[in-house]
Amino acid sequence: MESKNSNAKESDCDSVFEHVTRAPDIPVYAVMVAYKEDPCPFKLNLGIGVYRTEEGKPLLLNVVRKAEKLLVNELSANKEDLPITGIAEFNKLSAKLIFGADSSAIQENRATTVQCLSGSGSLRIGAEFLAKHYHQRTVYMSQPTYANHPNFFVPAGITVKTYRYYDPTTCGLDFQGLLEDLGAASFGAIVLLQTCGHNPTGVDPSLEQWEQIRKLMRLNGLLPFFDCAYQGFVSASLDADAQPVRMFVADGGECLTALSYSKIMGLYAERVGALSIVCKTADVASRVESQLKLIIRPMYSNPPIHGASIVTAILKDREMYGEWVTELKAMTDRITIMRQQLYNALHDRAIPGDWSHITKQVGMFSLTGLNAEQVAFLTKEYHIYMSSDGRINLSGLSTRTVPYLADAIHAAVALNV
Amino acid sequence: MAMRNAIIKHVLSRSSNFGGARWMSSSSWWKSVEPAPTDPILGVTEAFLADPSPDKVNVGVGAYRDDNGKPVVLDCVREAERRIAGSSFMEYLPMGGSVKMVEETLKLAYGENSELIIDKRIAAVQSLSGTGACRLFADFQKRFHPDSQIYIPAPTWSNHHNIWRDADVPQRTYHYYHPETKGLDFAGLMDDIKNAPNGSFFLLHACAHNPTGVDPTEEQWKEISYQFKVKGHFPFFDMAYQGFASGDPEKDAKAIRIFLEDGHQIGISQSYAKNMGLYGQRVGCLSLLCEDEKQAVAVKSQLQQLARPMYSNPPLHGAAIVSTILGDADLKKLWLKEVKVMADRIIGMRTALKENLEKLGSPLSWEHITNQIGMFCYSGMTPEQVDRSTNEFHIYMTRNGRISMAGVTTGNVGYLANAIHEVTKSA
Repeated sequence: MESKNSNAKESDCDSVFEHVTRAPDIPVYAVMVAYKEDPCPFKLNLGIGVYRTEEGKPLLLNVVRKAEKLLVNELSANKEDLPITGIAEFNKLSAKLIFGADSSAIQENRATTVQCLSGSGSLRIGAEFLAKHYHQRTVYMSQPTYANHPNFFVPAGITVKTYRYYDPTTCGLDFQGLLEDLGAASFGAIVLLQTCGHNPTGVDPSLEQWEQIRKLMRLNGLLPFFDCAYQGFVSASLDADAQPVRMFVADGGECLTALSYSKIMGLYAERVGALSIVCKTADVASRVESQLKLIIRPMYSNPPIHGASIVTAILKDREMYGEWVTELKAMTDRITIMRQQLYNALHDRAIPGDWSHITKQVGMFSLTGLNAEQVAFLTKEYHIYMSSDGRINLSGLSTRTVPYLADAIHAAVALNV
Repeated sequence: MAMRNAIIKHVLSRSSNFGGARWMSSSSWWKSVEPAPTDPILGVTEAFLADPSPDKVNVGVGAYRDDNGKPVVLDCVREAERRIAGSSFMEYLPMGGSVKMVEETLKLAYGENSELIIDKRIAAVQSLSGTGACRLFADFQKRFHPDSQIYIPAPTWSNHHNIWRDADVPQRTYHYYHPETKGLDFAGLMDDIKNAPNGSFFLLHACAHNPTGVDPTEEQWKEISYQFKVKGHFPFFDMAYQGFASGDPEKDAKAIRIFLEDGHQIGISQSYAKNMGLYGQRVGCLSLLCEDEKQAVAVKSQLQQLARPMYSNPPLHGAAIVSTILGDADLKKLWLKEVKVMADRIIGMRTALKENLEKLGSPLSWEHITNQIGMFCYSGMTPEQVDRSTNEFHIYMTRNGRISMAGVTTGNVGYLANAIHEVTKSA
């Protein structure tokens, strides 16, 4: 390649990265790009992973805007490197949020909580810790699960296996399959569990089912690793949504949790999360924390300050906490309304099939039950975008667009595609 | 399988045994986890904070302090924060980070009007400050040159060793610091470059070497670059102090520009932690110069693949601050002014410390204090002398004798000089 600048010398040696090939595009991003490039004025994007308002806009929570302005005016605020484990107050408040203030994990000081880069960062640091200090190198995750889940464990050298989870015939939980697969797992294997608002299915076990899962896992010495990205986003009760985690902590056993503030506080871009490792004793937790530092420092030294500062400001102030809960509830309520409206619309059109899963499923996502061909049909003919597994983001809908989606689904199903 | 299921069913049906009962497993999975050793640098600050003496001086940790010993938030940063507060929808950045921030950052390193940028030959992603950039590069090196090793200067920032170790890349050191002269061991360095197998990967500090403050001269950099060409070595620059060394970012990028002129396809880790005071925001950039645009696209896609399983995408705020400042002519001018103030203060403290020591009649030469550049000064003090300075004078520094000049002020330079003189005068 000729250099245009006569002053710069032409490179006369091959790049040492000559052999590097282009990485394959990530499917969910490909859907985004396709949507963006579609000129159709009534196109609908149900493939996104973030919350949208009734107007189809992103949402900056008022309480977050407020907190940010407060931080700007705090002239004394020092912006130096955080400790490796992040903001201490943030960690305390996050532990309180997920475990509950009266949790034995907190009362007995037997959990270590470290600030990480959202749920992703928490999962990766947790995986690296397990790879280094845990005796078992296998993790079981639900079939299906969030597309990025395997990626946190594979670089750490942990083998990924699956347990049955979603039953396409019922669009609900394959509970028997789940129990069988976890029952057959090798003793001590790691099990990745989604606390609530399962992504991509929207299918959550009931509390009774969680109790059975807990008993089985404790019997087989399986180590629970909870991904908690939607606390408060499912039932609008932060406590209720965290129950599965709290049940496991209450029995005195150990577990890991990855808490994300991306959706629940709309802080996606600031990468705010917390990894907790609940141990048997305070002494163990302290040693574990010291080892987590050794993993974090060679990755990025210490976590970013901004997002965690916002979270801390909100969680520690009674009034702001209350405002946050209200705004969180508003998001959750709108999703519930969308579910109901969509179900009604499908029902009203007498579309063959049982669509009750639309309202039985919870959280931001639903697996509609549409197959890949039907999804492609929806995109081609109706400019409706979603991932090929038929997953939709309920917040991508509005009262205005629900009938359009229902019509499209009607057409797709009628064509027997 | 059927038997196993039957057992499970049986056990679960005896709900009274497990319902609400505390799990009676034997012990923790983590009982054999050792407590990790404390980080030596951070340990110094902890000890400093615990010391009640009113005379105590912290010249341990490498964060800038003003002449009152206080941390600084730059005016340009405050203004940028004012402008952006509450304005962002906080939606995910692309995996490669803020395009605007990366664009501006490349200009700083490669040149404002660099053909290489125009020709899109640079694969670049936003990183979690300098640490994140080095780690991404180390992981990338491991993935695409699995049998390679990394040559690291002796000494270097301690975390460099951790980064390449965790990336599973074997490391070797090359001669760098010359204890006798408290300067560069240029002969040793050149020997190591020549003796390394062709095509070796080298970590170079672009300016303001940490921890020694010893940088090659322009002439020396030219010779190093020439020898790198002969050997076909890969130069990876860690540039954490651009602007902070001489006060002029263009000047501080000289080594990189020399290598680019000579046609090397380099890699660079850039950080805004010190030169914009954005420490806690964790904002930086990793760039790799490629043969052409197509290769740059491929390399960037692979860098993103490495970042995704670490944190999905990088944080917005720090990048937004950088973009706001560098994208606005007035703010950029203000930043350049403020960087110069920081650098000048440090240069001033170097001069003052040396003069104070000379005035005290020290028998030793302290030329190296003003010969060295950047945040740090390798004083030449032995660990025993360092310990004495801590125990007798409440001076806190790392035991390798590294002084963070940022911790020196007009208020404490006399006291510091006196302490150093006292513990070294009979050396």
